[in-house]
Amino acid sequence: MSVFRSTIPDVAADEPMVQLLAADGTRSPHPEFDAVLAGSGLATPERLRGYYRDMVMIRAADLEATSLQRQGQLGLWASALGQEAAQIGAGHASREQDYLVPTYREHGVAWARGIEPWRLLELFRGISHGGWDPNALRTHPYMIVLGSQAPHAVGYAMGLQRDGVVGTGDPTTDASVLALFGDGASSEGEVAESFTFAASFQAPVVFYTQNNQWAISVPTSVQSRVPLAQRSRGWGIPSVRVDGNDVLAVLGAVRSALDSARAGNGPMFVEALTYRMAAHTTSDDASRYRPAAEEEEWAAKDPILRLRRHLEQQGEIDEQYVTRCDEEAHDLAMQLHHHIHGMEDPDPVRMFDHPYAEPHPIVDAERAEYLEYISQFEDEEERA
Amino acid sequence: MSSTASNLPIAKAITAGLRDAMTADDKVLLMGEDIGPLGGVFRVTDGLHAEFGSQRVVDTPLAEAGIVGTAVGLAVRGYRPVVEIQFDGFVYPAYNQITTQVAKMHNRTSGAVNLPIVIRIPHGGGIGAVEHHSESPEALFAPTAGLRILAPSNSQDAYWMTRQAIECEDPVIMLEPKRRYWVKGDVDPDHRPELTPWQARVVRPGTDATLLAWGPSMPLALESAQAAAEDGIDLEVIDARSLSPVDFPTIAASVRRTGRLLITHEAPVLGGLGGEIAARISEQCFYHLEAPVLRVGGYHLPYPPARMEHAYLPDLDRVLDGVDRLFEH
Ligand SMILES: Cc1ncc(C[n+]2csc(CCOP(=O)(O)OP(=O)(O)O)c2C)c(N)n1
Ligand SMILES: [Mg+2]
Repeated sequence: MSVFRSTIPDVAADEPMVQLLAADGTRSPHPEFDAVLAGSGLATPERLRGYYRDMVMIRAADLEATSLQRQGQLGLWASALGQEAAQIGAGHASREQDYLVPTYREHGVAWARGIEPWRLLELFRGISHGGWDPNALRTHPYMIVLGSQAPHAVGYAMGLQRDGVVGTGDPTTDASVLALFGDGASSEGEVAESFTFAASFQAPVVFYTQNNQWAISVPTSVQSRVPLAQRSRGWGIPSVRVDGNDVLAVLGAVRSALDSARAGNGPMFVEALTYRMAAHTTSDDASRYRPAAEEEEWAAKDPILRLRRHLEQQGEIDEQYVTRCDEEAHDLAMQLHHHIHGMEDPDPVRMFDHPYAEPHPIVDAERAEYLEYISQFEDEEERA
Repeated sequence: MSSTASNLPIAKAITAGLRDAMTADDKVLLMGEDIGPLGGVFRVTDGLHAEFGSQRVVDTPLAEAGIVGTAVGLAVRGYRPVVEIQFDGFVYPAYNQITTQVAKMHNRTSGAVNLPIVIRIPHGGGIGAVEHHSESPEALFAPTAGLRILAPSNSQDAYWMTRQAIECEDPVIMLEPKRRYWVKGDVDPDHRPELTPWQARVVRPGTDATLLAWGPSMPLALESAQAAAEDGIDLEVIDARSLSPVDFPTIAASVRRTGRLLITHEAPVLGGLGGEIAARISEQCFYHLEAPVLRVGGYHLPYPPARMEHAYLPDLDRVLDGVDRLFEH
């Protein structure tokens, strides 16, 4: 027999997927994650209702952003429709002291971290390259160059190790990092290098992929011959695949991975299998490359409906609560609409504000040149 | 020849160039992200996957270093890969492969290995995009010996430069003017142009000053010449077309006639290709110059958010302001 062994099973077929909530809302037990959820208080009925509300809110904001783009108020919008459980779950699984490193489609994660939706829209409107202070919110800026954020996450985690906030045994102060990237981005060299660094230094970082099955028009099967969750194992990074449309499975997996990392056990990898229900962005036309039937199939696995069914089955949610969520979501969308429509364009001179942290003579000279050039027109306007 | 003379947008002229090159030589193959069934995010490869199949129009994994690095191997094996980088700002993961491998393999092997690779990059700003979608990285490639760079500004050049870049035995970077992709122009695929792709073209003869531009800046250059003419200044407009090599003889000949040179590009002036051109022309035309060579371009800044880009990019007023300054001397 050959010493070589095939590691190429059928794509996506050979990895068990942890699911706590079936599509119809039925709850199945999972000893490990149930213990995590029970111990953390993350799955009380009140919290679950909260996640339901979060998902309804973020979906409304998402749909509103799409119409704002259609109205010319945003240059672009990358919808996260369908990925709400994968994002709200991961966001809430993190602890206050953790640092999150997102891509550009993490609107639910941002929401869970307390970042107001209008701040996300600054980037998509084209008035800034990022709408918040990463240190204040312990959330990295939205990152567009695919994979480039993964090593930042590992480096931040290496900083945590040096600060002595890893493995002290106190999970309320020990910290870890959540590094997010997509199935497509997982092919970038920087992601492979990040696995290497994280493993070599046993950094407290959890890699988290929302495998939404598409990278624009390219299916995950082009990125990997093995289920993504298996990728990291060659690095010695333990991993699990969970149902990304199941908020409980995501919470359980991400919280236990982050807590393991903060306890000093090194990196972990979580693959959340989900689906990008909308086109890649408002510039994309998904009908060119995927069948409508696939979208319908996944609509039936909707993460929001699933949680609501579960809560209904448990008798933990009533019509009134559902209606109130819908009303609040509508209000949020309206607020967003007015906020964006009322946004003034920034004075372009602001582009000279932050290329450097310290004074720079060339930038200063070019700013002065720009202001002088602009003032000619102001003089003309005054004369007119 | 499968195409016939027609009026095509720049994007479609490139498609036609790719199709004709693939028909003419079955060693030509395309690689990139989303270039298959989707036809690329700008639809430049639209229809080619259906026509030539997955072996020749390859939707690659999402990894630019891999795309360019495997193109090197394919080229060593006798293929002529044409790779698409989705946007200018995403070429950097492949920068190592492009500058240390693509550019240098021929030299490293004392000429034994040619790398006839074409790297297509939608280039430039002004499209209202988010960060990394509006870059002008020509000066990051032009100083690297071993790379040739073409910057078509119209459909006819887009078609023929695509053909000629693919035929070229050296690696060629094609900077495609993304905000002009849908501007139409006549394409004649049946008659090879007299100008080689490496030559600049005088697109508007004039006597008072020379205005040099390329790629996405050409419409602005022509518009500026028209506006200047209304003020009685007759500008000669040159389309550089090739950014490596730059056609210095054509530019110098013009400057010797006009005595003045203004260069405009979207890339930052500091360290931009205009600086090298200004220095060489100052050396070569010193006794003919009536004014220093001037440049109008981007600032020494990261490309700004979309709602500020109008202030960053050269526009008619800034170019005319530059023209005025040429005559202050
Ligand atoms: C380095 C780099 N290459 C290409 C792109 C263009 N691009 C933007 S999103 C995308 C697909 C990403 O797919 P995935 O990682 O699965 O994330 P998803 O969009 O599905 O959330 C591509 C190719 C980019 N942003 N960065
Ligand atoms: Mg994806």
